[in-house]
Amino acid sequence: MALQSLDIKARSATSTLSPLVRTAVTEVVKLIDISKCIGCKACQVACMEWNDLRDSVGKNIGVYDNPADLSDQSWTVMRFSEVEVNSGRLEWLIRKDGCMHCSEPGCLKACPAPDAIIQYSNGIVDFHEEHCIGCGYCIMGCPFNIPRMSKKDSKVYKCTLCSDRVAVGLEPACVKTCPTGAIIFGSKEDMIHHAEDRIFDLKERGYQRAGLYNPPGVGGTHVMYVLQHADQPELYHELPKDPGISPEVILWKGISKTVMNIGLGTAILGGIFHYVTQGPNEVSEAEEEKQ
Amino acid sequence: MSQNKMIQRYKASERFNHWFVAICFILAALSGIGFFHPGFFWLTNLFGGSTWARILHPFFGVIMFLFFIVWVARVWKYNHVTAADWQWVKHLGDILRSRTNNLPEIGKYNLGQKYLTRTLLVAIILLLASGILIWQPWFASVFPIELRRMAVLIHAFSAFVALMCFIVHVYAAYWTRGSIRAMTQGTVTVAWAKHHCMAWYKEMVSKN
Repeated sequence: MALQSLDIKARSATSTLSPLVRTAVTEVVKLIDISKCIGCKACQVACMEWNDLRDSVGKNIGVYDNPADLSDQSWTVMRFSEVEVNSGRLEWLIRKDGCMHCSEPGCLKACPAPDAIIQYSNGIVDFHEEHCIGCGYCIMGCPFNIPRMSKKDSKVYKCTLCSDRVAVGLEPACVKTCPTGAIIFGSKEDMIHHAEDRIFDLKERGYQRAGLYNPPGVGGTHVMYVLQHADQPELYHELPKDPGISPEVILWKGISKTVMNIGLGTAILGGIFHYVTQGPNEVSEAEEEKQ
Repeated sequence: MSQNKMIQRYKASERFNHWFVAICFILAALSGIGFFHPGFFWLTNLFGGSTWARILHPFFGVIMFLFFIVWVARVWKYNHVTAADWQWVKHLGDILRSRTNNLPEIGKYNLGQKYLTRTLLVAIILLLASGILIWQPWFASVFPIELRRMAVLIHAFSAFVALMCFIVHVYAAYWTRGSIRAMTQGTVTVAWAKHHCMAWYKEMVSKN
């Protein structure tokens, strides 16, 4: 709390309340308009620059994706998909992949280390690697396949939405650098309003299924996409249509914790009360003396 | 007590095996339960911090598995369920009220002990298999994420079953007076053997 200027909404592995007294600030959203993206990767460079990340030089795998995947050194990656939604008309859909900053983050739910994952009241979900123990549970909790464990330190990294910049009133580095205005940043309300205008334009230009990607299965996200084909998000490099925390993770981190704790406690108490009411199971002295 | 006649129940190598498994089990349980519920997270400090607990936990588990398998192999010949066992279990209510006269003559282990061993065997095999699937940073990343999600749930449930077995086992050993001596010094009194395991006692006598 002392060293940061953002209020906390939720902390991993913490069953008591976070400080609530200060009035919640406006929720922020990074809006990515895929119809405006030219795939220049300036956002990837800006991310590396601001966060002091340098991924190793990879190999060409036959597509424009470079690097080929997210990593501890690449917190955002452009995903290039060549699709023909209407036959004979090739479309190049370029999605800037990275953390979606869910309102109900699966990573935070799964994390066993107190304070390793923080959700700020502005909506940013941030990993505090100094508290990370390297168990990889967040990777299992995430519905978007985002967190990556470093081979160097066995800690997990992902997009911070530039929480350090946002905390001092700056926009994220990728937003600052985007040359076409495909990435913009502001209050959730403003961004949704802006997206609605863009979707209206897209529909006028023939994209009848244009829409906003803000999936309710994770309580909405703080990174939203304007999609030309919002009815088929999977076209955009397997963007999940209806993402949510997996049922196994919900069961594991939900009711099972309570049931199993009650079970163990009951077994221990059962033993104690059995002993104090029934006494020990002894071989009688008479039996011992007979021998 | 010391003037009573004694009978050997566990050899030194068996006692070593048992306590080696027990120590590994306790270390694995203490280091693991902190990852299951935040209320127990402080236990990870026993291992030099939570990251150390995460690093060490799987090694405790694997070593426990290996020695537990050896243990099961050693006692398996006493684990066949007999007709007398099913008679014995009918008296379970009496036994729990310490009314232990006129019980059927059973072998070295009673039905509860036999099923405890079997349940632990299944639980520990599941713990090992699911544990490898989620073992960071060595193995987890090569397995599909859906499999790992199943594994982490199975791991938690199997650990719960194993802990329940552990609680029952520890309590039963404490409650049944004269049993702990069998696993610390190796012997029980002849009266103890006749009282709890008459068939085993007769077998031992006929052997010598």
